[in-house]
Amino acid sequence: MNYSMIKYTLGWLLMFMGVFFTVPLITAAIYWEPAFFSFLIMIAISVGLGLLMTLKKPKNSTLYAKEGFVIVSASWILLSLFGALAFILSGATTSFVDALFESASGFTTTGASIFGDVESLPRSVLMWRSFSHWIGGMGVLVFIMAFLPLSGGQNMHIMRAESPGPEVSKLVPRVKKTALILYVIYFMLTFIMFALLLFFDMDVFEAINTAFSTAGTGGFGFRNDSCASFTAAQQIVITVFMLLFSINFNSYYLVLRLKFKDALNSEVRAFLLIVAVAVGIITADLWINLTTEFDSVWEALRHAAFTVSSLISTTGFSTVDFNLWPALSQTMLVIVMFIGACAGSTGGGIKVSRILILFKGMSRELRTIVHPRQVKKITIDGKPVDREVTRSVNAYITTFIVVFTLSLLAISFEEKDLITNFTAVTATINNVGPGLGGVGPTSNFADFTAFSKLVFTFDMLAGRLELFPMLILFSPSTYKRT
Amino acid sequence: MDIIIVGCGKVGEVLAAELNEEGNNITVVDEVAEKVKHIATKYDIMGVIGNGATHRVQKEAGVGSADLLIAVTGSDELNLLCCLMAKKSGKCQAIARIKNPDYAKDAAYLRDELGLAMVINPEQAAAEEITRILKFPSALKVETFSRGRVELMTFRLPENSTLVGQTLRDAMIKLKSNVLVCTVERADGAHIPKGDFTFAERDIVSIIASPRSASDFLTKINYKSEPIRNVSIIGGGSITHYLCELLGKAGIKARIIEKDVEVCNELATKFGDVSVICGDPTDEDVLREERVSASDAFVALTSIDEENILLSLFAKNQGNRKVITKINRIEYDDVISKLDLDSIIYPKHLTANTIVRYVRSNQNTLGSNMVTLYNLNRGEVEVAEFSIGENSPVTGVPLSKLCFKSDVLVGAIIRGRQMIVPRGSAIILPGDSVVTVTKNLSPRDISDILDEVL
Repeated sequence: MNYSMIKYTLGWLLMFMGVFFTVPLITAAIYWEPAFFSFLIMIAISVGLGLLMTLKKPKNSTLYAKEGFVIVSASWILLSLFGALAFILSGATTSFVDALFESASGFTTTGASIFGDVESLPRSVLMWRSFSHWIGGMGVLVFIMAFLPLSGGQNMHIMRAESPGPEVSKLVPRVKKTALILYVIYFMLTFIMFALLLFFDMDVFEAINTAFSTAGTGGFGFRNDSCASFTAAQQIVITVFMLLFSINFNSYYLVLRLKFKDALNSEVRAFLLIVAVAVGIITADLWINLTTEFDSVWEALRHAAFTVSSLISTTGFSTVDFNLWPALSQTMLVIVMFIGACAGSTGGGIKVSRILILFKGMSRELRTIVHPRQVKKITIDGKPVDREVTRSVNAYITTFIVVFTLSLLAISFEEKDLITNFTAVTATINNVGPGLGGVGPTSNFADFTAFSKLVFTFDMLAGRLELFPMLILFSPSTYKRT
Repeated sequence: MDIIIVGCGKVGEVLAAELNEEGNNITVVDEVAEKVKHIATKYDIMGVIGNGATHRVQKEAGVGSADLLIAVTGSDELNLLCCLMAKKSGKCQAIARIKNPDYAKDAAYLRDELGLAMVINPEQAAAEEITRILKFPSALKVETFSRGRVELMTFRLPENSTLVGQTLRDAMIKLKSNVLVCTVERADGAHIPKGDFTFAERDIVSIIASPRSASDFLTKINYKSEPIRNVSIIGGGSITHYLCELLGKAGIKARIIEKDVEVCNELATKFGDVSVICGDPTDEDVLREERVSASDAFVALTSIDEENILLSLFAKNQGNRKVITKINRIEYDDVISKLDLDSIIYPKHLTANTIVRYVRSNQNTLGSNMVTLYNLNRGEVEVAEFSIGENSPVTGVPLSKLCFKSDVLVGAIIRGRQMIVPRGSAIILPGDSVVTVTKNLSPRDISDILDEVL
């Protein structure tokens, strides 16, 4: 284990953390809020500590897969801790566990909150919450790699550990340039969304916040009713962009290179199909069983589309309280929460590509029972899927179920109802945010005990980093010399 | 440059590592997914899985915008096909590795008629390197520029040399030799000698010269370089084939020990003046019976590295003057270098280095136009070859009028097939190659050797 290199990389992370804090700092300066000084202190602490840790460049800069995983998970824990410190210093909360939960929820783009009344929070703190979504969405270390002269192909280990999806492909030979391209696309899309929201009469502060929050598919709002009081046009813009941010960013690169056919690969098609089916079923269900709530079928469609996009992209915004929806609609919503977004996007969940591989694997198994001698390869977009990939997908699902079950058990001592507990774990491990029952869109996670909040914090981080990095960090065998 | 490398074997990996290090964008292609993944994870490069000779795969690897495709798979035919496809579909240049002597003879045709930028034959390159070592057995090191037209030779000055006690200026006038003394190393470090520099016993001297002038110079300074007259070669592979041809031209008698009767027959038919011995070279009795220890040099060229190392150690023990060992695998080179072996040949390294040199020389439109780079005196002194572009600041002006930095020496000017020993009146023209010698300065462009204040 190359500890000095891990320390060095974490040092750089802290320096960047200092840069990130300038965004709420500027906000605090504009609205002249007392939180200004707390963010100033945070910058001083993180840059100071970062400088100390990067003082000596390690002689041996070799990173293996193990170090890559440890760096990524340690970085995210460090990020969450420093983010939490900012919440405490700025006086938003006094409980450290609450602050840690909120901060991890921000960086992992979950959007689950312990604040009941967000409108009373300082604007700089609101900005920090949204901005942490934006940073966490594309990945902090990918961001650092795009701008830092960290050398060598070993960066790939870091990128692989941080990027969502079963397989990571580079767009161009160099990791650094790939990271840069991804961030440019990310930035452009965020900016377009911001401009559109401005065009539809949102004020600048709210537009920036909404754009950050949507881009990272996070879901922290700045109003107590999330997006319910937005105009229909604004809601439609948010719906479209939630979907756009849950599509693999490689597709946008291919669109820019005018390779439209390659961009619309089977994962994107499957994703859009799932969205269409879910929206269709829920609209029909709402229109038939909840007729009194909606003025027209179009309004039902609008809310269904918003909610499905919000939950499949794992953003977690809401326009209506879907806690009151019929059981069929709620079931559909829980299903799309598990499916999640495309690989290589900012969304969470299990990922459409994994579901695709799983289903193809399942149908192959069925065929081999009928025709035991048939040789059949799983292919996606005409390319055979590596055995290694199907194996890792199976391992991922198994691990997912284990972590899910243990978390559910761990929080069940509180005597809340099963729907609340089940969807609370679903919403955190898939980085969605709101669930059903006691954690529905109008409620929050404040009622849970500190222990449960720590379990959720772990779930959010594990879910964002796709389980293995967090498990490797806490596995003793990682640190054994032999 | 954007470079596609087809074939992820050892050569492919060395190429990918070195070219990536120099800032090129590398994409590797191989049919075996594991190999591609291994290299693409180890270095910061992209990998494409598939048959590199198909248009579809080449397109995926970005042949449309690539500058160069290097085909180094194990198959000659596949390599040629890769290059032809790439030539057709893109504006890129193509380099193929060709092993089979039948095709290798067509190298010139392939270059000129099929438009390949370069055809490289690792075995032939190895044979040339071995010949070079055998020609100057006592030199510490021989490196070449411009396809062997210019040599950089390092040797220790003998005690009875006529050079000892003379200044460089006097010595050059007296000897009338077409060589350039570029560095002298002694206990107090490396020097780039000026005219008033005085030679002493046991100095380690490096000279730049054409191969002929070099041997002429060595004779004149009383350098006892007892030539190798006969050599024992173990193994009858393709390197041996090329080596026999080259040794025949150099007038060195060869004796081959090979196990396989068929191969022995073929060699005996092809090279009448070579004595071919059919026997197991790993059998100590065979080696003793044939009195291998009596020959001046010993070259181990079997296909098994371990055998080569073992045989070489044996020969060294038996008192052969020069022992050359061929080693295929690149790993563990630091362990091997600690063994008591004379000269080691890595055919795969040679291939990769030749290609890297070619790539460098093709980057001259932008910034770096360095072709070759050697380190002397433990990295203190760098000897580099630059190809000179149209607008280079060093062209068209006599050397004496150019304002060089201190400890900079122009070692040679190569124009076409001719080497010019640079005097003050010499002028560098566009298209020339220039060899520079610099101390504590790492020029990456020829303009780096000029003093800023003109």
